[in-house]
Formats: sequence, structure tokens, C-alpha cells
Amino acid sequence: MIAEFGLAALWLAAALALLQLVAGSLCLQPKGERMSVIVRPAAVMQGVLSALAFGALLLLFLNTDLSVKLVVMNSHSAKPVIFKLAGAWGNHEGSMLLWVTVMALAGGLVALLERRLPERTMLATLAAQAFVGLGFYAFLLFSSNPFERLPVPAREGMGLNPLLQDIGLAFHPPTLYLGYVGMSVAFSFAVGAMLTRQVTPAFATAMRPWVLGAWIFLTVGITAGSYWAYYELGWGGWWFWDPVENASLMPWLAATALLHSASVLAARDALRAWTVMLGVVAFSMSMIGTFLVRSGILTSVHAFAVDPERGTFILVLLAIYIGGALTLFAMRAGTIAEGERFSVTSREGALVVNNVALSAILGIVLLGTLYPLLAEAFGVKVSVGPPYFNPVSAIFFLPMLLVMAVGPLLRWRRDSAARIRPPLMACAGIALLVLAGLIAWGPPGLLPMLGIALAAAVGIASLLPLRGRKLRRTPLPLWGMVIAHFGLALALFGASADSAYSVERLVAARIGQVTDVGPWQVRLASVEPTAGPNWTALEARLEASYRGGAPIVATPQSRYFWAPVQQTNESALLTRWNGQLYAVLGGEAEDGRWQLRLWWKPFVTCIWFGGLLIALGGLLALIGRVYGDLRRRAILARIAQRKVDLGR
Amino acid sequence: MSAGSWKFWLPLAIFAGFCLLVFVQLMHPAEREVASAMIGKPLPAFDLRAAVPERPGLATVDLKDGKPRLLNIWASWCIPCAAEAPQLEALRQQGVEIVGVAIRDTPEDVTGFLARYGNPYARLGADDLSEVQLGIGSSGVPETFVIDGAGVIRYQHIGDIREDDVPMLIARLKEAAR
Repeated sequence: MIAEFGLAALWLAAALALLQLVAGSLCLQPKGERMSVIVRPAAVMQGVLSALAFGALLLLFLNTDLSVKLVVMNSHSAKPVIFKLAGAWGNHEGSMLLWVTVMALAGGLVALLERRLPERTMLATLAAQAFVGLGFYAFLLFSSNPFERLPVPAREGMGLNPLLQDIGLAFHPPTLYLGYVGMSVAFSFAVGAMLTRQVTPAFATAMRPWVLGAWIFLTVGITAGSYWAYYELGWGGWWFWDPVENASLMPWLAATALLHSASVLAARDALRAWTVMLGVVAFSMSMIGTFLVRSGILTSVHAFAVDPERGTFILVLLAIYIGGALTLFAMRAGTIAEGERFSVTSREGALVVNNVALSAILGIVLLGTLYPLLAEAFGVKVSVGPPYFNPVSAIFFLPMLLVMAVGPLLRWRRDSAARIRPPLMACAGIALLVLAGLIAWGPPGLLPMLGIALAAAVGIASLLPLRGRKLRRTPLPLWGMVIAHFGLALALFGASADSAYSVERLVAARIGQVTDVGPWQVRLASVEPTAGPNWTALEARLEASYRGGAPIVATPQSRYFWAPVQQTNESALLTRWNGQLYAVLGGEAEDGRWQLRLWWKPFVTCIWFGGLLIALGGLLALIGRVYGDLRRRAILARIAQRKVDLGR
Repeated sequence: MSAGSWKFWLPLAIFAGFCLLVFVQLMHPAEREVASAMIGKPLPAFDLRAAVPERPGLATVDLKDGKPRLLNIWASWCIPCAAEAPQLEALRQQGVEIVGVAIRDTPEDVTGFLARYGNPYARLGADDLSEVQLGIGSSGVPETFVIDGAGVIRYQHIGDIREDDVPMLIARLKEAAR
């Protein structure tokens, strides 16, 4: 029953999306305005119904209903509850249902909460959201039905990929999806604004909190995914420029650019066409990224639905939505006009540089991700990795860091460079001092060295906007900006320190043998078998002492899952304030020695703390904006009330 | 339309290019075979222990005695390897010397496999960590390389050897003998 209920809810939600699209589009016609009463309730109900459908799928997984194909393929009765639930979205069909659900919920929330835009623009926006939603409903219902029953129930499920049986991974996809799909709101806002020719500061103000919300989830999702790859894959790296990582980075870059250009549009009524463009691009990148990964076109550790038919289906959807929005943009951009003018040395000027740099990095990542495809079309096989991505994106990352330091200190519209020279000279001095110190200490590679020096300077510069302000009266969005910028500097520091000063040892150790790695002495005390709910493992007991201090125990495991059969390496991490010791247990050699892989990674945790700070900055800005909007509404209501009172 | 309006069509044009590229790729699924970059180059230096007691192990020096050979990369856990066993036997009967490298295998499994499908190998090394496999640019099992008398990799055959491949491999070996 539950499966049928879920399927019915999904069909109903799809029908409501169709209604929402038709009614919303009719409203744009001169005579159709009476239809407008339907649109918002349809959007809200659509959200509720798709949430029910997703709830039904969760329940099926929770009960391990073995008559449902998806449960059989991706779950197992012996799995811990949390991973049973995670199994619901750890596969193609379930994750597409999650996609649709998030999209419908986002649309419902917009319908419920958004009151700032002109009603016509609002209805066009909701129609656009329904239009995008419909394609994904069709995809789900016609080619990836998650509620499909088996003719004969199975005896037992096939299990979830052991690599995915990890608490971080349980929440990673939903977080990232909230980000990806949340961007659909920006897309719909942009389409709505273009359709009704209302690319105004009000449009930017209305869109901004939604973009912020999605962006926060995206930031957290990318940060968490990077940490997961770091400790679960056991390779010691934290970013691999894998197509799937790029797929999450590209919408993030576009959304970051969008947030910055939207603030120009909101404050100064400039960059109109550009902001609309980015609104389209951010969600387009989410869809393109998802498509590239899902169609199996690009090989990746993450790729899971390798099926040309599905690939073609999503490609058609992409062509309709992105192609449609870009056509609309091409036709309307000329009439949107440029908006207000500003001088180069101004807050707007800095934000334009920021936008150009972010877009350039986006282009570089997109090109690098697609290049293997392009080359293959001409019969050449290549894979593109860090040797391309790192230096080439650094070319644009460096100027972006510079304007990130300078921009927030500049005034809107026009400013003089002389006014902000003293603090910036101080920051430049700090960068040079750090650089000199690093060279004296024994220079690492060029990029990491520049990274550390810039991180120091930019970190301090990012705090400068607080200078001369009463901290308690500083508006939350400003705090948000400062913290996010500081977070980026911190992440840069962590990444640079890791790549400059990591120490790696690969040894075959006897029991009792001590290995030096950086400031640590690591003794292999024992290797013992151990067991979990659905795995058995060999567990090494390592006694690690930092600079001769008291030993701390770390227990890396080599795990064997039996449903499905797979071996994974569970790394062990010892975290200090100044870095992490990372240990992986490999196989046993013939002479009774054990392979151990050890890394000392100085300040590596700063990468993820930085990422979290960036998200926290976004959260503060979001709270500030929403609070500001609520207060504005309250004041407007009071004024309206007073007018009524005076009228009496 | 304003004079500069062509640039507003640029994003659409780029996107159309993307769609075209991706569509072509969708229609022609990517080849999953990876050709070795080592063809025409000498074998890397290695010295593998014997995979089974009844055959000697395999080292680079064994392949530099002037006689061209087939180097077969395989494993007992690999099903296409069982499928190509009769073809390897046919090659052996035609006087071809075949040396083998067993990838990530155990002596018991290898012995069992050879007992069941025959043993065409003059020498058989055990490559427990795929080091030799990666060193000669093989990305899977089975793969068969033609090695000339000087220990230079002359040809790579990816996948199991079918019956039609046998004359071709013999021709390649003759070519390598020149």
C-alpha cells in the first residue's frame, strides 16, 4: 500500500505542477488574471504531496519492504537504521525523487512566503518553477519509478555500497541537493523577471535570500563531501577534481558570483542583465553537473546510473530548460538596459572583478571537466587532473583574493584609491613578511607559498570592514561577509599548508615497530580481528606520540563487508590543533609485516573549518536579511494602519 | 535590436555546442579500452616470484634472449581468461612460447584454474599488487602483449583472445622476429 500511496502522491503532485504552469501562464495574458488565485495554493500543495511521496519511500526503506525493487537493490535487513534511510537516496531513482521533492518544496515555500515582487512577476516565477518541475516528474514517472514492485518479493536485499555506509554520506546527498535544487528558485525568479521585464532591485532583493539559503547548503555539502572523500577513500587527498566534485563546485561558483552581483543590483540598480544571466547559469550548472554524472558520459567514482536512455531524457530536459532560458535571455537582455553607471574604483567595480574572476574559474572548471569528452570526439583520450586545474584556476583565484581584500573597504559608486591605501599597504606588508619567513625556513612549492602568504594578508584584510564600527551595532549581513571572507582565507591557508608541508610514509611494519612521520612516532602495537553489524575487519592498534608525548591510540581498519561483498579501508585520524595524523592499514605481507600508510598533515582541518565559516557567514547574512525584511514589513503595516486610523 | 545584441546569443551558442558534443557522446558510448603508452618501448625491469611451484617465475631478463613471445596478463578470478584458454593452448601447440603474469591471485586458485583449463605457460609470475601490469600499461585482464627478442613491447591485445585473433597474433610474432 505504501508504495502505491507514494506513487499516487507523485502523480498528483505532477498534475498540480501542470495546473500551476497552465494557470500561471494564463495569468500573464491580459484576460487570465482570474486564474491567479490557483497558482500559489497549487504550488504549496505540490510541495506537500511530493514530500509525502518521499516520506513513503523513506518508510519503505525503514521497513525494508522487499517487494519493492528499489529497496531490494539498495538495502538489506541487517543494515543499521540510519543507513536503511540513507539507502533511500543513495541510488538513482531515490535521489531523483529527492530532487523533485526539494524542488517542489522550494516552490511551495516561495509561494507561501514571497510578497515583495509584483504579483505578475511572482506568478511567472511560479509558472517557471512548475515548468522545470514537470520535466523531472516526467523523468521520474516514466523512466525511473522508485516505487516499482517486483513480481515476486525477494528474500533479502542486495545491500548498500559499503563506501556509502557512513554517517557523513547519509546526510551529504540531501544537503547538496538542497543546494543544487534550491538554485532552481533563482532560475525561476530570473525567468519570471525576464518574462515580465521586471529586472529591478526588488527582484534582486527578493531572490537573494533564496540564493543564500541554497548556497549555504551547497557550501556545507561541498565541505562535507570533501571531508568524506578525505577520510573514507583513504587516499589522503581532499579534493580530486573528480567530475562529480566539479559538478558541485560549478553551481557554487556561479551562485557565489550571483550573490555578489545581486547585491550590486539590489543596492545600486546596476548589472541587471548579468545578474539575470547568473541566475540562469547557477541552476543550469546544477542540472548540467547532475546530467554529466548520471548519464555515465564522464567516468567517475560517483557515477551510478549508466543508461543512455536516461541520459538522453535528461539531455532533452536540459535543452528545453537551459536552451529556453538562454533564448529568452538573448531576446530580452537588449531591452533590460544597463542600469546605473559607476566608476572603476568603487564597490561595484570590485564586485565586477570578483564576478569576472569567479566566472573565469567556472569556465576553467567546466572546460577541464568537458575536455576529455571534447578530445574523445576527435579520437584522443586524455584525463584532466590537478596539473591543469590547480595552476590555471590559480591565475584567476589570485586576483579574486585581491579584490576580496580590497572590495569591502570601497564605497559604492565612486571612491578614491588613496583612502584605503594605508590598511592595504599594511596587509601587503604582512604578506611579504610571511613570504620572506617561508623562504628563510625553506621554501615549499611556489603556489603553496603564495597561498600561505596571501591567506595571512587576506585573512587580516577580511576583518578590516569591522574597523571603527561598534561591533554590537554592526549589521548581521556585514558580519556574514566578514566571516565568510575570513573562512575562505582560512581554507586557503589549510590547503596551502597541507600541500606544502604534508609528510607521507608508506612502510611495511612489524608488530612493535616504530615509524617516524613528521613530529609523530607511531608504534604498531597489534593487528586484531574485529566485527561490526554487517562487516568484519582487521584492526591495527597504533600508539602515536607527538614529539615524545604520551601515546594516543589510533585504530585504522581494513573492513570486509559481506552484503554486498567489498573491502574498504577505514582510516584513523588523530586531530590536533595544528594538523592531523592520518593512518591507513593495508594488507599483510608474506613475512608477517603490515603495510601502513601514514601522513602528517599540518593545519589540514583549516580547510573544512574555513568551509564551515563560509557557510556560517552565509547563514548570518540570511538571518540578517530575513530579519530586516520582517521589520520592514512590520513598519509598512504600522504605516498602513496609521493611514487607516487617520482616515477615520 | 541594439548593435551589440549578438553577444546576448553567445551563452545560447555555447550551450548548443555543449548539447551537440554530449549528444554525439551519448550516441557513441565511450570506448572503455585504454591503449598502453608503452608500445614500442622496452619492458620495465621486474622479477616476479613463481605463481605455482611447477613453473618458474618471470623476470625481464627472461624476455631478452632473442626469442619473441606472448606475455599474457590474466587471473584465475577472471571469466574471459577462462574463455581464452583454448586459444592460448592452440597458440602453444603452434610453437608459440607464452609467459604469464597472474594478477592478484593465490597459488591455490592459480593451480585450480590451470588444472581445469590447461597450462599453456612456459613461465608464470605472480603480480600481487598489479605493479608489472601497471608498468606495462595494461588496464585490465586479460590482455596479451607481443614482446620481441630484445624485450621490447611490440603489440597489445586487449580482452580475451578469440579464435580469429590467433592467426593475427602469430603474424605479429613473426613481424616481431624480424
